[in-house]
Formats: sequence, structure tokens, C-alpha cells
Amino acid sequence: MTERFVMLAPLALPLLILLPLAWAALAFVLGAGRGSRLAIAAAAVQLVLAFALAAAVMDGGPLHHAAGGWGAPLGIDLVADGLAAAMLLLTQAVALPLFIFARGYFHQDGAHPDAAGHHFWPLAGFLVAGMNALYLSEDIFNLYVTLELVGLAAVGLVASGGGAAQTAAALRYLFAALLGSGAYLLGVALLYGAFGSVSMVTLTPLIASASASAGAEAAEVALIAALLMVAGLLMKSALFPFHFWLPPAHGGAPAPVSALLSALVVKASIYLVLRLWLGPLAPLLTPLAWLPTLLGAAAILWGSWQAIHAERLKLLVAYSTVAQLGYLFLALPLVGVGSTGASASAIVTLQALAHGLAKAAMFAAAGIIIHATGRDRVDDVAGIAERLPLTLFTFALAGVSLMGLPPSGGFLAKWLLIDLAMARGHWPLAAVILAGGLLAAIYIFRVLRLAFLNLPEAMIEAEHHKARVVPRSAEWMAFALAAASVLLGLFGGLPLLQLVDGVGAGTP
Amino acid sequence: MTTNELLPLLVLLSSLLPGLVIFALPEAWHGLRTTLNLFGAVAKIVLVGLLLAGVQAGEVYGFRHVVAPGLELVFKADALGLLFITLSTVLWLFTTLYAIGYLEEAPHRSRFFGFFSLCVTATVGIAMAGNLFTFFVFYELLTLATFPLVAHRGTPDAKRGATVYLGYTLVGGAALLAGIVWLESLAHHTGFTHGGFVATLLPGNEGGLKAIFVLLIAGVGVKAAIVPLHGWLPKAMVAPAPVSALLHAVAVVKAGAFGIVRIVYEVFGVETAQALGLLTPLAVIAAITIVWGSLRALFQDELKKRLAYSTVSQVSYIVLGTALFGPIGTIGGLVHLVHQGVMKITLFFAAGNFAETLGIHKISEMDGVGRRMPLTTLAFSLAALGMMGAPLTAGAVSKAWLGDGAVAANMGWAVWVLTASSLLNAAYFLPILWRAWVRKAPTRWPEEHIVRRGFVETHWLLLIPPLFTAALTVLFGLLPADMASPLSWAQMIAGREYLLPQR
Repeated sequence: MTERFVMLAPLALPLLILLPLAWAALAFVLGAGRGSRLAIAAAAVQLVLAFALAAAVMDGGPLHHAAGGWGAPLGIDLVADGLAAAMLLLTQAVALPLFIFARGYFHQDGAHPDAAGHHFWPLAGFLVAGMNALYLSEDIFNLYVTLELVGLAAVGLVASGGGAAQTAAALRYLFAALLGSGAYLLGVALLYGAFGSVSMVTLTPLIASASASAGAEAAEVALIAALLMVAGLLMKSALFPFHFWLPPAHGGAPAPVSALLSALVVKASIYLVLRLWLGPLAPLLTPLAWLPTLLGAAAILWGSWQAIHAERLKLLVAYSTVAQLGYLFLALPLVGVGSTGASASAIVTLQALAHGLAKAAMFAAAGIIIHATGRDRVDDVAGIAERLPLTLFTFALAGVSLMGLPPSGGFLAKWLLIDLAMARGHWPLAAVILAGGLLAAIYIFRVLRLAFLNLPEAMIEAEHHKARVVPRSAEWMAFALAAASVLLGLFGGLPLLQLVDGVGAGTP
Repeated sequence: MTTNELLPLLVLLSSLLPGLVIFALPEAWHGLRTTLNLFGAVAKIVLVGLLLAGVQAGEVYGFRHVVAPGLELVFKADALGLLFITLSTVLWLFTTLYAIGYLEEAPHRSRFFGFFSLCVTATVGIAMAGNLFTFFVFYELLTLATFPLVAHRGTPDAKRGATVYLGYTLVGGAALLAGIVWLESLAHHTGFTHGGFVATLLPGNEGGLKAIFVLLIAGVGVKAAIVPLHGWLPKAMVAPAPVSALLHAVAVVKAGAFGIVRIVYEVFGVETAQALGLLTPLAVIAAITIVWGSLRALFQDELKKRLAYSTVSQVSYIVLGTALFGPIGTIGGLVHLVHQGVMKITLFFAAGNFAETLGIHKISEMDGVGRRMPLTTLAFSLAALGMMGAPLTAGAVSKAWLGDGAVAANMGWAVWVLTASSLLNAAYFLPILWRAWVRKAPTRWPEEHIVRRGFVETHWLLLIPPLFTAALTVLFGLLPADMASPLSWAQMIAGREYLLPQR
């Protein structure tokens, strides 16, 4: 059984890109009703494939696939190592429950979804295809193409709501995304001019030897290219102070879209930063590692502060994303293993997974609450414990992971990160992480403590009349995502860390 | 998985699983919910009984689960942990009975009992934790599980109390986390060991170890309500009476006190802690807390608030006993861990009965209540006498051992602290007893909810738990040397810590 399962793995590399492209196109033709069913079925298959891929990588190391039989340098190589397999798994694991949620969310009153529901399925398909392709790509130009695909699909999803505010947010997002990918492309062009290759494997030794010979022209060009690429990616990753486009875009879009964007899309560009920073660009950028760390710390504090003061529920959740993304950049100067033997990149991956699952759950829960009450202010959640107990529980569970409280995945990642920081003597980092957890508790419990308030009887009556029904399936899917982010800490940490680091690696 | 691994896991699951099922039950399914609650509580007692019998027979119980390379959840059942488990398991059964009676017809019972079960699961997890990592996981789980219970009534007051509680405990949790990870980065493990494990790190790390000690003790000291970290406890009084009983006697403050015991004895080790000069400051803080709590209790008119400040004071007896260097003080501290729980839970049960039956919340309203509710008032009186340390009660046993321990540790001043506290205890409890038994009852009670029928002065489910725990208070005082008494148990644990021949 397991062997057959692993035998699926080589197929998974092309299929994880082709399948979503196929159902995206079909959903466009078939319409939202049948399209959504198709998307959900395909997402289930993709999840199985991602699991098979992860199992195979864990057993036998990275997998390669030469697209169309033409390998690099002529053709395109698809490569999946532990890190890529983990990110693919995150993408499919969030996508499947979110699609079921989205079907319930968009189709609740009969079978006629609004415009956002119609556009959701094709755009989400392209988005998933783009992200999967990004994780499997091995050369920096291919990465640019996938990055654009992801960016454009995401902008389309934000705009699909159709309101004036949403269109403005989408335009701002588009501007930031294009600026970011433009800078990245410029960097790619410079590198190609200097070294004549776009393959990461080929570039790594070339850049290393160029930067070793001080004063060489190639080294200077490479440094400028590296800075351009990273700056562009940080813009797309919404790292403080480039976060300006994120809160309106994520806070304004329909709930399933916000969930997809916050949980998955920003992770794609951060993955790329990590890949490049620890890979080919390492010799150039290592002295600058404190910079993203400093920005990450600022993001944690600033994002949390804004979330604490946000008036609208979804804006609170969006600012929480700004803060949580900061954690992913803290680990850059901590390369190596701590006293527990997990590497910095493995811990970052764990944090990305925990946040992805929890944030998808939280946006979904926020969407349900807003839909049920018809209002979106934080104060309007008063008394929600009475009416939507399951969804409130979902919100709380997701919050547990975001605050980094046990036994969640967020807790495990935070623990390992503090451990790593202390082992290296980076005390301020440990302090920032602890402070970030407490600030998160303030904005999460700001919602939870209101939810427990008793409303006057008359108000409850009035609310019940207005209440719109959210399908149980949508509520349960949000709950499943939140539960997954908590259980990740108990059962998912070990396999995940081993997947990224390789089994047996990193004994202290 | 062998039986010896399975048993500790089952002890955890016996409250976790019923709790999770209860969350999902519709509000109206009263019968099934009660059955599940009682089944869980009784099953846990049976399982703990098996555990006790096994440990007596020399079996070693343990269970571990790896969550990350080098990071394990470790559960074990040792004598110290079992003392706490037995206390919380027995008291949980009575609190559950009491809560079923107390919350009859109240809204949100599924939510209440769900979190109630989670709370006890967390407490048992804390008791069985085999390393600081596991301890921390369940310590934070306890915080999360108690928040909805404190906020349960849904009034603005409840919201405020719960927020204050959360603020204190989460900041304490952060300090604890910092201390544990720091220690782990030095020692590469955090497993509880007889006699502690930091002694080998001593040369060159004195400053760091002292800082770690402060972080750890501050972290657990929040829940143990050590002055000045006690501010949440009187505010959390807004919770329903069974929750107060849980907070003050079974779970929360006990988890804090138990944590201090584990940290002093099994992380640092008394010898090392003494060598680092950490025990005397801890004893001084405990002494300040004892006196301060008693002084504040004196000025409260609200009954539950007076009891809350009394808890602040009494829990630090445990801390004081732990900080007194020497086996006698240790025995005094450990035995008070059990005695304080039994006595304080009686007081809160009784206070809840006064409020539920007659609407009495203030001491000034308690005139003549002894004639209207003789059994409840009797239970209250026995427990109050125990708190004062009157002869033939459990409290007298605790205080005698603590006093001897202070003399043995050359800390004669602590005896004066204990004496002063006893006098203050008498000063804030005796007037209540005077009012209840001697003064004349008013013509009307503030709000009479339950009418008396014959000997049954209130709902029978509200009456049995305090009577039982009051009986225990006397029993522990009358038969301190019995094999099964908390005292002989504490003696055995202290004997191991100080490597004395067991008697």
C-alpha cells in the first residue's frame, strides 16, 4: 500500500501543475455549480499527490522531472526537495477544505452565486497552479513566470468582489505586485548577463567564486541583482514597511479569497526569499541578514499594534498576517541547528504551515461571523458564543496557534525559534518573539471576551430574525483547518522537520 | 503499547474525551451530559487507584511522545505527582456533583462542563508531567481552559475578571517559557530529576541560573498568587462557585504551588538552590504573602473575596514549606498542598450554598444563618477552624510541621509569621462563625431561592460535597499518622528528596 502510494510521486510533479490548470479552464466553461464540484474533487486528488510526493522525498531525497523529456539546460526541470514538498503539502492541505468552505459560502442561498462566486473557481485554479509551479521550479526565470501568474490571479480574485473599495485595493495590490516582480525580473536579467545562466544549480558556484574574488565586476553586478531580486520579493511578501497593500486587499476581499491570499499567496514569495537567500545568493547576502530580521521584528510589533486597534474584524485578521509574516524573517541570521537539532529553514517552514492553516481558519470564521451578523465591526461579535459556538471555537483554536500557545503548531515553531535564538545568543530576538505572542493574545482575546458577553433578550430576538444561515459544511471546514493547525504541534512537527532537514540530520 | 504506558494516558483521556463529547451535546441533553461527567470522574478515580496500587507494588508508569527532534512530551507517575493527582481527582468528583446541582436550569451547561473537563485534564497533565516542556504545555492549557469558565456568566464584571486573569497568567506564561528555553539551551534537557539536574552546570553559570530561577518562579508564582502577582485572584471571584472551588483548591493555584515544588526539588534541587542562596528570598516572599493575604482578608465584607485573600495567604504556606531547607519543612509544605485544598473547597462550597439558597453574598448578611442552614454552616465552621489551625483539624497538622521545619532550618522568624497568620485567620473567621451561630436571623433573607424541606436545607447535591470534604478535614487532623493519610505520603516524598531512611 505505502509502496504504491510512493510510486505515485514521480507523476505528482507534472500533475500538480497540470491538474489545477485543467480544472481552472473547465470551471470557466462549466460555470460555478459544476466547476466548484470539479475543483473540490481535483483538490482532493492533489492532496493525495502532495502526500505521496512528501513521503517519497522523505524516503529517497529530492525528485526530478524533465518536462517533455527535455532536461535542463535546454528544457525545463521540475524539482521537489523537502522544503518544496512541505510547501506543496501546505498549499493542497489548505486548498481542499477552503474550496469546500467556498462552495458553501458562495452558494448558500440557492444555486446562484454572485459575481465573486463565478470568478472564484477559474481564478483559484490558476492561482493554485501558479503556486505549485513556483515550488517545483528550479530556475530563476521560470520562477518569475510563476510569480506573475500567482500575482495576477490574486489581483483578479481581490477585484472579483466588484465594490469600489475592493477595486481600489486590487489596483493598489496590482501596483505593488508589478513593482515587485519588475524589480525581481531586472535582477534575473542582470544575473543572466553576468553569468549566462538562470539555473539555480549552475548559478550557485558561479556566484560563490565571483564573490570570493573581491573587486570583480561580476561580483558587483551580482550584488545589485541580488538586492533588486530580494527587494522585489519583499514587496510581494508584504514585509514591513512594504505591507501597505496587504490589509486593504486581504481585509476587503470575500472571505474565501482573503483566506487563500493570507494563508498561501504571501508564503510563495517568502519561500522564494528563503530559497535564494540560503541558496545561490547566500555569499552575497549573508552579511545583510540582520536587515530582514530587523524588519521582521518591526512587522511583528507594528502589525500586532494595528490589529489591536483595528475596528473591523477582517482588518484585524489581516493585520495579524502582517505581524505573523514577521516571524518568518526572524530566522535568517540563525542558520544552523539549535539545541533541539532543527534547522532554521525547517522551523520557518513549520511556522509557515501553522500560520497558513490557522489564518485560513480564522478568515473563514471571520467570514461566517460577518455573514451571520451582517456587520463587520469587531464590537459586533458581542454575544456570538450563543449563536455560532462552533465558529467561535474555530476562531479561538486558530487564535491559539497564532498566539503560539500549546499544543499548537505555532507554539512548537515559536519554542524552536526561541531555542535557536538563545542557543546563538540572540537575546533580543527571543524577547521579540515572546512579546509578539503576548500582543497576539491581546488582539485575539479582544474578540473572544466580547463573544462571551450576554446580550439582552430583546436584542437576541432581533438578531435571530436577521440571521442568515451559513451551511454547516462551511463551519466544519473552517473548524477542520483550525484543528489541523493545533494538531500540527502534537503530531506534525517531527515528520515535517524531518522532511525539510532530511531524516537523521541535525542531531545536536 | 504496554499497560504501563497505557495507564497514564488513560488517566488523561478519562476527562479529555468526555469533555470533547460534552462540547458537542445539545443543551437539552441533560441526562447524557451528567452521565458522561460522572462516568469520567469515577473512571478517573478507578484508574488513579490502579496507578496507586501499581506504584506501591513497584511498577513504573510512564509514557512519552516525541513532538520534535529532542523535544518530548513525557508523562510519569511518581509519588509527588500522584499526591497531586489523587487530590484533584477526588475533589473533581465532588466539584462535578456540586456543579451539576449548582447549574441546574442555568444556560450554557455544555460549554461549562466541556471546559470544566478540559481544566481537570490540564491539571492531571501538570501533575504527571515528566519534564518542564510537558509541564508548560499543560500549564498554558489550564489558562486557556479556565478563561471561559471565569467569563462564564457573561456579565461585564465577568468579562473584566476574566481579562485580568488572562493578563496575569499569559505574562506569567511568557516568563516561564523564557526560563524553560533558557535552561534547555544550557542543559539540553528539562526532565524532572530527584535532587535536581542543574548542579552540573553550576561553575560559571551562577548568574544565569539565578535569573532562570527567578523567571521560572515568577512564571508559576502568578498562578500560586504570590504577592505581588496575586492581583487576579480576588477579581476572578466573579466566576460561579464551582469554578471558584476549582480555581482555589483543585486546579489553578495548586498548579502554581505544585510547579514551585517541582522546580525547587526536581529542577534545581534543594541543595543547589540553597547553595545559590535562592531559598531564603523565596521564604521571605512567601512570608510576606502569608501576612499580606491575611491582612487584606480582614477588611473584605464580601464572603468570596475574603476567602480569596485567605487563599492568597494559605497557598504560600506551601511555598514557605518548600523554601525551608530541611525535610520537616518540606513535609509541612507538601501536606498543606492537600490540606489547604480540602479545607478551601469546603469553604467555597459553603459560600456557594449561602448564595444559591438564600442569596447571601456578604458577611454582614450572614446573621443567624447557622439556624437556617445548620449542616452547611457546620461544614463551613469545621473548615474555618482548620484554616486557623485549631487542634484536631488538618490545619493543625500542617502548621505544626511548618513551625518545626522553620526551627529546624534556623529560620525562627518564620514561626512568628505562622503565629501572626493564625491570629489573623482567627480574626477574620471567628466573627463570621459568631454571626452565623449566635446572632439572630433577619426576618427575610436577601433572596431565598431554595425552600427548606425538613432536614434538607438546600439541594442535596449542594449539601453532600461540603459535608464530605469537611469530614476529611477532621479525619486528616485526627488520624495524621494513618498509612493512607496525606502526612505519611508527604513524609515518604520528603524522605526521597533528602535521601533519609524511610520510616
